[in-house]
Amino acid sequence: MSSVDFTWLIGGPQGSGVESGANVFSKVCAEMGYQVFGKREFYSNIKGEHSYFAVRVADKKIHSNINDVTLMVSFDAETIFRHFDEVASGGGIIYDSELEHIDTGKVHTLDTPFKDRLHAFLELKNKPFTISGVLEVAKEKGVKLYPVSFKNILEKLSEEVGNPKLRGLVRMYNVLGVSLSLGLIKMPVDSLLDSIDNIFSKKPPIAEINKQAANFSYSYATNNFQTFNYALTGTQKEPGTILVQGFQGTALGKMVCGCRMQPYYPITPASDESVYLESHELLEILDDRPGSVAVIQTEDEICAMGMAIGGALTGTRSATCTSGPGFALMTEMLGWAGMNEVPVVITNYQRSGPSTGLPTRHGQDDLLFAVFAGHGDFPKIVYASGDIEESFYDTGSCFNYAEIFQVPVIHMMDKFHASSVITCKRFDPQKITINRGKLLERVDDGYRRFELTDDGVSPRSRLGIDNGIFWNTGDESDEYGHITEDPVLRVKMMDKRMSRLGLILKEIPLSQQATSFGVEEHTIISWGSAKGPILDAIDMLKKEGISIGFVQLKLMHPFPADYVSSLLQNAKIIIDVEANHSGQLGKLFKQNIQRDIDYSILKYSGRAMTSTEVYDALKKIVENNANKREVLMHGA
Amino acid sequence: MALKLSDYKTEVHNDWCPGCGDFGIVNAIQMALAEMGIQRDKAVMFSGIGCSGKTSHYINTYGIHTLHGRVLTFAQGAKIANPEMTVVAVGGDGDGLGIGAGHFVAAGRRNVDMTYIIFDNGVYGLTKGQASPTLKLGEKTKSLPSPNTNSNVNPIGLAVASGFTFVARGYSYDVRHLKDLIIQAVNHKGLSFLDVLQPCPTYNDLNTRDWYAGADLVEEAQQRHSRIYKLEEQGFEPVVHYNSEAEVDEKLSQALIKSLEWGNKIPIGIFYKNELVSPYAVRLQDKIPNYFENPPAKQNISKNGHPNTDISNILDSLEV
Repeated sequence: MSSVDFTWLIGGPQGSGVESGANVFSKVCAEMGYQVFGKREFYSNIKGEHSYFAVRVADKKIHSNINDVTLMVSFDAETIFRHFDEVASGGGIIYDSELEHIDTGKVHTLDTPFKDRLHAFLELKNKPFTISGVLEVAKEKGVKLYPVSFKNILEKLSEEVGNPKLRGLVRMYNVLGVSLSLGLIKMPVDSLLDSIDNIFSKKPPIAEINKQAANFSYSYATNNFQTFNYALTGTQKEPGTILVQGFQGTALGKMVCGCRMQPYYPITPASDESVYLESHELLEILDDRPGSVAVIQTEDEICAMGMAIGGALTGTRSATCTSGPGFALMTEMLGWAGMNEVPVVITNYQRSGPSTGLPTRHGQDDLLFAVFAGHGDFPKIVYASGDIEESFYDTGSCFNYAEIFQVPVIHMMDKFHASSVITCKRFDPQKITINRGKLLERVDDGYRRFELTDDGVSPRSRLGIDNGIFWNTGDESDEYGHITEDPVLRVKMMDKRMSRLGLILKEIPLSQQATSFGVEEHTIISWGSAKGPILDAIDMLKKEGISIGFVQLKLMHPFPADYVSSLLQNAKIIIDVEANHSGQLGKLFKQNIQRDIDYSILKYSGRAMTSTEVYDALKKIVENNANKREVLMHGA
Repeated sequence: MALKLSDYKTEVHNDWCPGCGDFGIVNAIQMALAEMGIQRDKAVMFSGIGCSGKTSHYINTYGIHTLHGRVLTFAQGAKIANPEMTVVAVGGDGDGLGIGAGHFVAAGRRNVDMTYIIFDNGVYGLTKGQASPTLKLGEKTKSLPSPNTNSNVNPIGLAVASGFTFVARGYSYDVRHLKDLIIQAVNHKGLSFLDVLQPCPTYNDLNTRDWYAGADLVEEAQQRHSRIYKLEEQGFEPVVHYNSEAEVDEKLSQALIKSLEWGNKIPIGIFYKNELVSPYAVRLQDKIPNYFENPPAKQNISKNGHPNTDISNILDSLEV
C-alpha cells in the first residue's frame, strides 16, 4: 500500500468559515485513522482579509507542514492568486468558476508588494493577471483543475430541498468546499456528516442545512469531477488518538495540575487559551466536590500578573497567559515575584516582534527577552515546549518547578503551537505529578518566610493560615520579609536567592532539561515549535542515507551548559534552527558553552517553518553548499 | 483570646518624619483591627511604594509591600483566591491616582470586597517633594522649582465615577473618626475607598496641619475654625437604600458635588455607600456555584501526588 501524505488547503476572507471548514476536514481525516497536522494563518483583521488553513494528512506520524499542496479548494479569487503556485504537479484545485475572469486589480485585499511579485511572475510566463491566467500556469505544471459554480450548486440544492433561503447563502461556501474536496478524494460521506453533526451539535437546524449542502456537493463531486490521482479511503485508526488545537495543551495541563486562578488580558495568540479555560471553569474532581478555575479578565497585563501573584500568595496555583507585548508589561512584577520567591507561571505564546510586529504571525522572538526579563538579578525558570503534546505535560512540570524552587516560571509557547491542529496520543493526566515543594500546611511560632536554609529554599507559608504571618517587599529584606539595607544581610539574601539557579540545574532531571534525538557529525540545536519541522526534515534526510543529530533544549534558563555540552561532544558541526532574526538560542549557547554555531537556519517572515525548507537548508549544509545563515521564506 | 491594640503593632522601627500624618493612619488601622477583633492571620495589608508603602511592615498581620501603582492588582488577586481574608490596601495619592490610576478605575468596576486607603498629601515625599496628582494647578510646594502645571485629580469624584461602592474621606489627625471610617469601610460589602488627608510636614508647606486647622483664616484665635467638617454632622445622607436608578443618580450626584468642596470648608465622612451592587465574589459565584465554599485557595488539587482533576469528558470529546 502506498503511503499517504496529502496536504489540503482552504482559503478565504476572514469570517467566511475557513476555520470551521478546516475543522470539519481535519476531524473527518482523523476519524478515518489518519494523522493530521494543520496550521492556520490569518491577518490582524476581523473580516475580509485573507486567511487560510493548510491541513497535512498522512498515514504515519507527522510533526509539521510541507511546502507542497495536494488539493486546494477556493471560493474566492485571493486564495487562488496567493496559493496556486503551491499546488504540486499531479495535485488539484477546486475553484469557483464564477471567478475566472477576475483580475488582480479587482481584489482589494491583495497588497502591492504581493501584486508586484505576482505580476512579474505572470509577465515572465506571458499570462494575463487574471484567475484564468494563474490557473493556466498551474495547469501547465500538471495541476488538475476542478471548476464548479458555487452559486449554481446552492441554487440546485435549494430547489432540491425546497428551501429558497439557501439560494444566496454564501456562508455555506466553506461546507461546499470541504464536501467537494472529500467527494473528490473519495472519503466516506458518513464521516463528513458525523463531523458536521459534531461541530454544530448545539444548533441542530444549522447542522441539518449544512448536512444537506454537504451531501449535495459531495455527490456533485463524485458525479461530475474527473478522476483525481489521490484517494483517501481511510487507514487503521490508532486507538487513543485525540485531535487537539494548540492552545488546548497548556489549558488542559492547567486544569489537571491544579491551576485555580488565571487572570489575563486579551492578546493574540495567547487569549484563546484563557477563553478555553474559562469555558471549562467548572472542574470535576475525583472523590471530592467540584473544583473551579477563576479566569479573570483584567484591565491590562500588569494587573493580570499582579492578580496571579496575589493568588499565588494564598497558596493557589496561579498563572497568566500572554504574548510578547503583554509580557513586556509584566517584567517589573516578574522581578517582584523573583524577589519574594513567589511561584507563579507565565505562559508566553510568542508572536513576531518587535513592538506590535506581525501580531497574528509566528515567531520565536522572545527567548532572550524571557531569559533576561526584569531588572536586577533574580532566579527564574524559562522552559520551552516543542509541541502540543509536550505542552500538556510541561505545564504540570512548570507548576512543580515554580513551587519546588519558589521562582516565577516562564513557559515558552508560540503562535505556531497556538494555531496548529494536530492528532496526538490522548493526554494522560496520571503521568503528571504534583509536587508543591515546601508549601506549609501549618506553621509554628516564630515563622520566618525567608529563613536562610542550607538548600536556599525556605518553608513557604501562605495567606490565611494560623501563625503563618509573613511580610513581602520588593525592597531587600530580612528573614521575616521586613526591609533591610544592611550590606551583610543583603549579600546573604542575594546569594540565597541566586543559589536557586544551581539547585534547579541539579534537581530537574536531565531528561527534562534537554532531549537528544541522536547526535551525529552534523547536529541541530533548537527549541520550541521548530522541533516538528526539524524531526520531519531529519526523517526525510534519513531516507536518503543522511543522518543528522538533534538536541532539543527545554530548560532555557538556567542554561544546562554542562549537560548540553556533554551531549554535543561528538558533534562536529552545530546547526542552530529557530524562528527569529538573530539566532537567539545560538547566542545563549555561545554565551554559556563558549562554542560557535557553525550554521544557522532562521525564519522570521512570520510564517511557520515547513519541514521541506528545513530539509533543503540542511541538505545544503551537508553538501557544504550553504551560507552560514540560511533564511527560510516559504509561506503566504 | 482577645487581641489588644499592641498585638497589631510590629517591632519594626518606624522611619517616617516626625509629625507625619501617616502615623495617624497606621494607628487608626491598628485600632480598627483591634476593635473589630480581626484575627491577625486572617488579615492582610497590601501597600504600594513610597512612605505609605512601609505601612504593611508596621502592622502585625500579613503584610505585602508591592510595587508602585500596582497595589490593587495584588490585593484583588489575593481576595479573589481566598475570600475569607480581610484585605486592606494602602498607598499614596501618587501611587494610586498617578501611576496606578488605571487600576483604580478598573477596581471600581470590579467591586471586590476589600478596602483601599489613599494617604493623600499632594506630594511625592520619598523622592523629595515633586507634585503629586492631588496638588492643585498653580500651587507651589516648597521643593517645586516652579508652580504645578497639572490640574488635580478629585479622588472622591473619581472613585464615585469608577463604581466604588463605599467612598469616604478621613483626616489623619482625627484618628478616632478615621478609625470609625475604617471599620465601616472594612465592614462594607464591596470595594470601599478612603481618601485620607495627610499633611506631609516635610514637603507640603501649603496643606499643613495648621492650614487644615484654619490657623490662617482670621486674626482672632477665638473666631478660627477648622477647615474640616464632618458630613454626618450636617445631616448628609450618603446611603443608597433601594438601588432605583433615580436614587442612585441622586446619591452619586450629591457625592460628586460634595467632593468639589475645597478651600475654607473641607468635608470628611462618608460621601457614598451602596451595598446593593453585587460584589465581585457574588458575580463569580453566579458562574461557579460553590465559589464561596470552595474558593481557589481552599481547593485540594492532588491525590497521592497525582492530579485529582478529572478531564476525561473533555478528552473523550477530543478523541477521534
